[in-house]
Amino acid sequence: MATILAVDDSASMRQMVSFTLKGAGYTVVEAVDGLDALNKAKSQAFDCVVTDVNMPNKDGISLIKELRALPNYKFIPMLMLTTESGMDKKQQGKEAGATGWIVKPFNPDQLLKTIKKVLG
Amino acid sequence: MSIDMAQFHQVFFEESFEGLDAMESGLLNLDMGDVNVDEINTIFRAAHSIKGGSGTFGFTSVSDFTHLMETLLDEMRDGRRRVTQPAVDVLLGSVDCLREMLQAIQDGAEIDGESVSTHKRSLDNELNNHSPAGAVPINHPQKVPESAAKEDQVSGWLIAFSPHLHLLKTGNEPIRLFRELSSLGDLRVTADLQGMPDLYGLDPEECHLSWKLELDGNVPVSEIDEIFDWVEEDCDLAKQARFASLPAFDEQLGAGATDNRVAETIDTDPARSEPATKSKQLKSEEPKAAAKGSSSIRVDTSKIDTLINMVGELVITQSMLSLVGEHFELGKLDQLKNGLSQLERHTRELQESVMNIRMLPISFVFSRFPRLAHDISSKLGKKIDLKLLGEHTEVDKTVVELLSDPLVHLVRNSLDHGIEMPDVRLAAGKPETGTVTLEAYHRGGNIVIEVSDDGKGLDKEKLRAKAIEKGLIDPDVILTDKQSYELIFMPGFSTAEKLTDISGRGVGMDVVRRNIQALGGNIEIISSLGKGSTISIHLPLTLAILDGQSIAVGDETYIVPLGSIIESLNIKEDRLNRVVGKGETFLLRDQYLPIIRMHEIFNVASARHTKLTEGLLVVVEGQGVRCGLFVDDLLGQQQVVIKSLEANYRRVEGVSGATILGDGSVALILDIPGLVRLANQ
Repeated sequence: MATILAVDDSASMRQMVSFTLKGAGYTVVEAVDGLDALNKAKSQAFDCVVTDVNMPNKDGISLIKELRALPNYKFIPMLMLTTESGMDKKQQGKEAGATGWIVKPFNPDQLLKTIKKVLG
Repeated sequence: MSIDMAQFHQVFFEESFEGLDAMESGLLNLDMGDVNVDEINTIFRAAHSIKGGSGTFGFTSVSDFTHLMETLLDEMRDGRRRVTQPAVDVLLGSVDCLREMLQAIQDGAEIDGESVSTHKRSLDNELNNHSPAGAVPINHPQKVPESAAKEDQVSGWLIAFSPHLHLLKTGNEPIRLFRELSSLGDLRVTADLQGMPDLYGLDPEECHLSWKLELDGNVPVSEIDEIFDWVEEDCDLAKQARFASLPAFDEQLGAGATDNRVAETIDTDPARSEPATKSKQLKSEEPKAAAKGSSSIRVDTSKIDTLINMVGELVITQSMLSLVGEHFELGKLDQLKNGLSQLERHTRELQESVMNIRMLPISFVFSRFPRLAHDISSKLGKKIDLKLLGEHTEVDKTVVELLSDPLVHLVRNSLDHGIEMPDVRLAAGKPETGTVTLEAYHRGGNIVIEVSDDGKGLDKEKLRAKAIEKGLIDPDVILTDKQSYELIFMPGFSTAEKLTDISGRGVGMDVVRRNIQALGGNIEIISSLGKGSTISIHLPLTLAILDGQSIAVGDETYIVPLGSIIESLNIKEDRLNRVVGKGETFLLRDQYLPIIRMHEIFNVASARHTKLTEGLLVVVEGQGVRCGLFVDDLLGQQQVVIKSLEANYRRVEGVSGATILGDGSVALILDIPGLVRLANQ
C-alpha cells in the first residue's frame, strides 16, 4: 500500500486526514509545515503528498515547487487542500506543479475518493 | 467508510483557542497604517485555519463568521485596505465573539445569536463602508449554476485530448483520467502517435501522445469537466456531445481542437441545470451537546523521549537488582548497594521528568494581558506600556490555571488605580506613558511573579485612616510600613475613592491573597508613594511534591517546607524572654521572635524536651512573619508527595497536607503562616 505525506499546520485537520487514510490502509507520515515536510520527503520516499496551502515556515505552494525539483518527486501526485475562496491559489499551485486540489471543507469520503483516484 | 468526526473536535477546539490567542496578540501588535505583512499573515493564517477546520467539522456558523474576518484580513494583507484602529477593534471584538461561539459549541450550549449578529454587522459595515475600489465581494461567492447539457438527449461524447508536454510533471496520468472516464460509461480510446519524435528526440519525461476518446452513455457535461478539472490548463481539450440521431464520430473534431479552448457544441439551459455540485457544505450540524472536553495537555515530544529513556534505565536497574537478589550472599552487598543507589537516582530523575511534563510556560497566563491593557487604557484614556518578562518560566499546569484570576485582578488594579492619568503624570514630572511590568522568574524552589507599576504608589496614612474608619484596626496601633501595606489584604478593604467597573468592587485583595495561599504561595507588597508599587507572588513550583525537612517531636514526625526554614539553633537561657500576654520570645540578632512550642500546639505527650534550652529552635518565615518552632530534633531532608488532608479528612489549621514516609507512617506537612496565626490566637 502507498505511503502518503500529509502536511497541515492544523493538528485537527492533520489528524483527520491521517486517520482517514490510515483507516483505508495507507501508510501516513505527518508533517506540521512545509519545512518539516520537505525534510521528511528528503529522508523517505512517498507515493503521494497531500498538503495544506496556508502554513508557516514554507507554504504548500512553495513546498510543491521545491518537491517537484527533486528527482524522486517529479511525477508523483501532489494534492493541495484549499478553500473555495482560494481560486487564485489553485492557479498558483498548478504552476508550481500540483496535481490537483481538494476543496475545503471536505469530508473523509471525499478525501479518500480523491486519493484513490490519483493512486489507482 | 464512515468516520466519527467528533473524535477530532477536542483537538480542533484546542488549536482554535490557540489560534484566537495568536490573532488577539497579533492584532494588538499591529501598528496603525504601517502594514507588517508577516504579522497580518500570522493573524490571517489563524483565521483561515479556524475557518477550514470549522467547515470540515461541520460548525458552519463558525466558518461563516470566520469567513468575514478572513476577508477583511485578506484585504489588509494585500494592502487593499489600510489597517485602522476601528478595523482592528472590530476584529478584536470578533475574536471575542468567536471564542464565545467555540466555547458554547464545546460546552454543548446555545450560541448567543444576538452577539454573533451584532459582530457580523460590525464586520459587514467595516467591509462595506471602507471597501476599497475593486475589492473582492464579501458575500459568499454565489455559485454560478453549472451549465448542463440536455442530458436526456445525449447518447455519448467525443473528446479530443492533447496533453501539453509537461503534463506528467504535474503528477497527472492520462491513464487515470481514462480510468475515471470509463467509470461513467463505455470508453474507446484511440492514441494519436503523430506527435511522437524519433528515438533520439524522445524525452521520456514528456508526454508526446494525444488521444481521441469515445464515451458512450447519457453523461452530464459537469462530470466530464470534473475529471478534466485538474488538467484544464495543461492540455488542449475539445468535447462534443453525440445525440442518438447523429453519426458516430465527427472527424473534424480532432483537427479543430488544437487551440487551447474547450469547444462545447451544445447550448446550455441554466434553468434545467441540476445542482450537480449541490452545496459542498457538510450536512452534519453542530453537535447539540458535544461532550465536555477532558482536560488535556500538550507535551513537547522531547520531554516524553526523556521519560521513556528514564523508564528504560529503571528497567535495567530493576533486572540487575533481581539478579542480585536471586541468589543473595553477603559478598554481593556492594553490588546491592550500587543497584540501590542507581535505583534511587533513576527514580528521582524519573520523578523530575514526570513533573516536567506538567510544566507549562507562564506565557499561557501572561498572553492575555496585552489585550487587557489595551482595553483598559483606551477605556480610561491612560497611556500604558505593558512589559512582559520571563514569559518562558515554566510552572505547574494547575498553578498556571489557578493563577490566572488573581493575576488579572492585580494587573487591573495597577492599570486602574496605580497608573495616573497622563496630565497628572506630566505634572508629577513622570513620563506621560505609565509602565506596568509583569515578570516571572525562578528563585530557589519557588516561582516568583511580580506585578509592578510606576504609578502613584500606596499612601500609608490614607490606608491607615481608612482601616481605622472601617474598624479594621485599633486607632492607636503602631504599624510598620510593611504592615500598613498589608492592610489592603484585609477583608472588606478598598482604597479607591469611587468604585469603577474595572476594578475595586471591594471583593479585591483579600480574595487574591486567599487564592494564592490556596496554591501554597504567599503574596507581598512593597510600595513607594509617588513612585509605584510592586506586588510579588511566591509560589511553589509544583503542587504535588515538596522539598521538606523532617522534624521530630516525640514520636511524631512533621514536615517543614524547606523553603520556609531560615536556620536552626540551640537557644541559651539569656536569650529567652517572656512577654506578658504574648507568650515566649527569643532574641535573634536584635529581633525578638515568638516561639511556637510544637508539642503544645499539637498536643504531643511523648515530647522528649519541654525545656527550651534543651531542644532545638527552627527559625521559619511565612508571609513575612518569623518565628521559632520548638522541636526535639531535626531528622533529614527529603522530597515528599503531598496528599491533601482536606480531601481525605478535613482542613486543619496549621497543617497544609500530609505525606507518607518511607516506613509507611503518615507525617503532617506544616503550614507555617497558618501555624503563626494559630500561635497568635
